[in-house]
Amino acid sequence: MRQIRQLALVDDKVGTPEKVIRDDISAIFEQVLGHPVNISDRTDIVEDLGMDSLGVMNFVMAIEDFYDISIPLDRIAQIQTVGDLIHAVDDLRSGTPQ
Amino acid sequence: MTILAKHAAQRLVYETLHSHGVDVQFDSVLSPTEGMLNGRRTILLGTNNYLGLTFDPDCIKEAVEATRSQGTGTTGSRVANGTYGSHLKLERSLAEFYGREHAMVFSTGYQANLGVLSTLVGRGDHLLLDADSHASIYDGSRLGHGEVIRFRHNNPDDLYKRLQRLAGAPGDRLIVVEGIYSMLGDTAPLKEIAAVKRETGAYLLVDEAHSLGVLGEKGRGLAEAAGVEADVDFIVGTFSKSLGSVGGFCVSDSPDFDVMRIVCRPYMFTASLPPGVVASTLEALSRLQRQPSLRADLMRNALQLYDGLRAMGFQTGPEPNPIIAVAMPNQETAVSFWKLLLESGLYLNLAIPPATPSDVCLLRTSVSAAHTPQQIDTALAVFADVGRRLGFLNSERRRAGGVA
Repeated sequence: MRQIRQLALVDDKVGTPEKVIRDDISAIFEQVLGHPVNISDRTDIVEDLGMDSLGVMNFVMAIEDFYDISIPLDRIAQIQTVGDLIHAVDDLRSGTPQ
Repeated sequence: MTILAKHAAQRLVYETLHSHGVDVQFDSVLSPTEGMLNGRRTILLGTNNYLGLTFDPDCIKEAVEATRSQGTGTTGSRVANGTYGSHLKLERSLAEFYGREHAMVFSTGYQANLGVLSTLVGRGDHLLLDADSHASIYDGSRLGHGEVIRFRHNNPDDLYKRLQRLAGAPGDRLIVVEGIYSMLGDTAPLKEIAAVKRETGAYLLVDEAHSLGVLGEKGRGLAEAAGVEADVDFIVGTFSKSLGSVGGFCVSDSPDFDVMRIVCRPYMFTASLPPGVVASTLEALSRLQRQPSLRADLMRNALQLYDGLRAMGFQTGPEPNPIIAVAMPNQETAVSFWKLLLESGLYLNLAIPPATPSDVCLLRTSVSAAHTPQQIDTALAVFADVGRRLGFLNSERRRAGGVA
């Protein structure tokens, strides 16, 4: 996991799918929280963004709608940081038949 | 630092609530609708005792006789210690009541969900849960090895969308919904959900814990009331609400249903229900069928409370069912309101997040067929009085303005 996160950080600088997802996620965060947020891959969704469990669930559903994916509960449980989330979204998108 | 230090935040909540006396201890329980609390006679308006059968003389008589003749407990599981005749009789009675081939009895309703969900959904399968599902459904989903997906509460379109996303993926799909949701008392849109199930080839399980003996002409629950029993593959329920005892069950027409008896661990590795519990449950199930007037009394009481609360301007759930929840603006008000109700002789449930949907704080009531119209009137008068005292309720203005 950590390694993947590091990779995403490096990729960030060259404008990859991860960067696009991060920008989308940032916009969705702003929408759900109602104010601008400054996120990086290391941002802890609960600790740093002050979201409660319900907020996280609503946020996840907004992400699911946006990407037309379903994130299974065991995957949600593994997501702690924005980097984890980007990885999960990227993974599920590529795994979902379009 | 102790090993429990990780729960420091929850401990704080617990201590706050404890300091407010929220963890109620009854001196004694007098009847299905009254108990003694701090030396005061108190109306019980939050016990899920829908048909009021906990003190029914026949149920008690059956329980006493069975205990005398068969002992206080089975001291083990049915796999290890064997099945009593009354276990089979209860299973046959449940199957007959629901018009199903098979029934299986569990030691609690919670275990029924743990057992059934974890057994039906295996690795590579997909479990689709309503987001507002009871904890036992979430826990059952974690005990199994399937992929668990939540859909928006009571939203068949969202369910459909999520099933469509799974198109082409291998594995079975099981949709899980509840008859009546335990916090707000709302029912699932079961006709529409059954249509989604048919179109997508999924299986459907309905947890009728709060709707058995409450909904449907025969009291079989929401599936009966919605006219979609043929689409429901599995019904799970509990004896600890309308049947006034403890235990859970599952009924189904699945031809290989009985294999669950040796693969369903929450059934296999726990003591079976004691004879006295089985006996009173059998009598209560029979009473539920013999005396439909109980359901009529229950709904009359529910309507009286629901209409009364709404007329005063309280914000309730969407449907007049025996669970009626009053929304509070915040936890502090909810606790104050609840305490004043209790001091005025009215007991109900203080429901706060995470037990509640959408993080709302609720005063949750559940009415019984055994409540008298006078008791409901008293409860309404207490609500009005506390509402006024807390400045929560400007009755004239709110009534004129109307509240959703």
